[in-house]
Amino acid sequence: MMPGPMGPEARAEAARLSAIFEGLGAQPVDTSILQPADVLLDLYGEDIRARAYVTADPLRGEMMLRPDFTVPVVRAHMDEGGDPARYSYAGEVFRRQETDPARPIEFLQVGFEIFGGEPAQADAEVFATISGALEGLELRPATGDIGILMAAVRGLKTSEARKGALLRHVWRPRRFRALLDRYGARTPLPAHKKALLAAADPFEGAGPALGLRSRREVEARLATLRAEADTRPLSEEEMALVDMILDLRETAPNVLSALRDIAVDMPAIGDAVTGLTRRLDAMSARGIDVDALPFEGSFGRTTLEYYDGFVFGFQSPTRADLPPVATGGRYDALTRHLGRGRAVPAVGGVIRPELAVQIREGRA
Amino acid sequence: MTIRLGVPSKGRLMEKTFDWFGARGLTLRKRGNDREYAGVVEGIDGVELALLSAGEIPRELAAGRLHLGVTGSDLVREKVAGWDLRLRELAQMGFGGADLVIAVPQGWVDVDTLDDLDAVAAAFRRDHGFRLRIATKYHRLTREFLREHGVADYQLVDSQGATEGVVRNETAEAISDITSTGETLRANGLKILSDGMIHSSQATLFRSSTAEWSEAHRATLDALEDKLGL
Repeated sequence: MMPGPMGPEARAEAARLSAIFEGLGAQPVDTSILQPADVLLDLYGEDIRARAYVTADPLRGEMMLRPDFTVPVVRAHMDEGGDPARYSYAGEVFRRQETDPARPIEFLQVGFEIFGGEPAQADAEVFATISGALEGLELRPATGDIGILMAAVRGLKTSEARKGALLRHVWRPRRFRALLDRYGARTPLPAHKKALLAAADPFEGAGPALGLRSRREVEARLATLRAEADTRPLSEEEMALVDMILDLRETAPNVLSALRDIAVDMPAIGDAVTGLTRRLDAMSARGIDVDALPFEGSFGRTTLEYYDGFVFGFQSPTRADLPPVATGGRYDALTRHLGRGRAVPAVGGVIRPELAVQIREGRA
Repeated sequence: MTIRLGVPSKGRLMEKTFDWFGARGLTLRKRGNDREYAGVVEGIDGVELALLSAGEIPRELAAGRLHLGVTGSDLVREKVAGWDLRLRELAQMGFGGADLVIAVPQGWVDVDTLDDLDAVAAAFRRDHGFRLRIATKYHRLTREFLREHGVADYQLVDSQGATEGVVRNETAEAISDITSTGETLRANGLKILSDGMIHSSQATLFRSSTAEWSEAHRATLDALEDKLGL
């Protein structure tokens, strides 16, 4: 019989992984299974309701069965943690499945997180630790860096409003693309907007102002739309550079040389590229074969929207039907959000022990 | 072996369903007095009629307690997770038409598309400190639609009736609701987003894939499908 997501084999694997992480100085964190729903909803938006079980407590309001450990671990660190700090955790997480009954609704996760420290070193330490813990499974790594795309957006020669809109949708590739195409004048202004901006009185025949969103707010948006219409389109050159970053799919050294070329025309990504160089050096120093390491410019953009730097995953090439055995990345912005202004650089990775067991048994 | 057919137990939906089967040579009627929720099917053997609330029929089909059922395609999509694995559409019946749409106040002259709604949601959250509220009873359909179109910074609030009035009452900023002509929406100062059509619904005859389908059941279904011209 197949080892279950919560069976003794998975639990033994979780214990083995925890021992590795604790042996590296990680402090074990224990978090509640029931988490306040408002924090998760604020962070992930309404989509989290499709993925997490929601329940209600008469005194505390809506609660969620933890869909992952990231939020509770960040909160624990913000309340009492030092700098740098290493944490490990192990336990069950819960995921609603609305489409595929074959996917587990409850499974174990074991994680390793570093708060603070030098970013390139911390990234390399997390990656090498996860990679080392899964040695022998012959998993294929995938890496990326959302920070490079974000730096490219921040460096565009255009309005802050456009940059803000693009940054907000970095994790929603379809809307990001639609915005980029509009800002680059690849798609024309819709007829409704043309008519609206040409109208002498845009409110003519509009009907009453209803609800909380005031007339003043509508006027403010009209001003934004007018300013947007007056903003020059992104240049073909800048559009092409962003597309090049999104389409990168090569070994890390080749990507690095491509990015250095792009940085000549787009100096704004310079620091992020230097950061990538440092990270690859630090990974190499920890014995990772960076010459063969795959890198994708778009990797990590469709997962939960909090990774904003280094991202990685490990998948079995022979069991492509399984989800990735391990995933992780850097989430500095999340700590700023949860720390109410106080930010700590943070990077971490998480392993699903039952998948590691399945792959190991398949290989035996 | 009889197969169980579930149809709406009251109102125009029931009458139209009876008419639809009647036009194909099958007489559906309530048994005994008007309060009874059992019925008879004349014109074919082996089909048992159950009269149920249209809202319960999707669940009964998914659980396999009904072999066949007539209900709105919107209700099936909303209430049955992975509905296409558990049910199959046998016939769209051409009545009970209604569209599930996203509507916003007419005073929002700056909003015509989902793209606008998304931009407004971002500004609203910044200005008001909470996510823009969309009132609906169709949570799953609305959430999937908005996710697919990359709309963020909104929240769904539950509204089980008189949804058109929530904006006026300031308990939501926008709605996702069923409309057939749009008249009620307009009367309540709302307008439909030009790309805000989530699902165009109509009364549909569904077949349960999870119900027991023995040889005898299948033979009855074949005979029924012949009668109905399916």
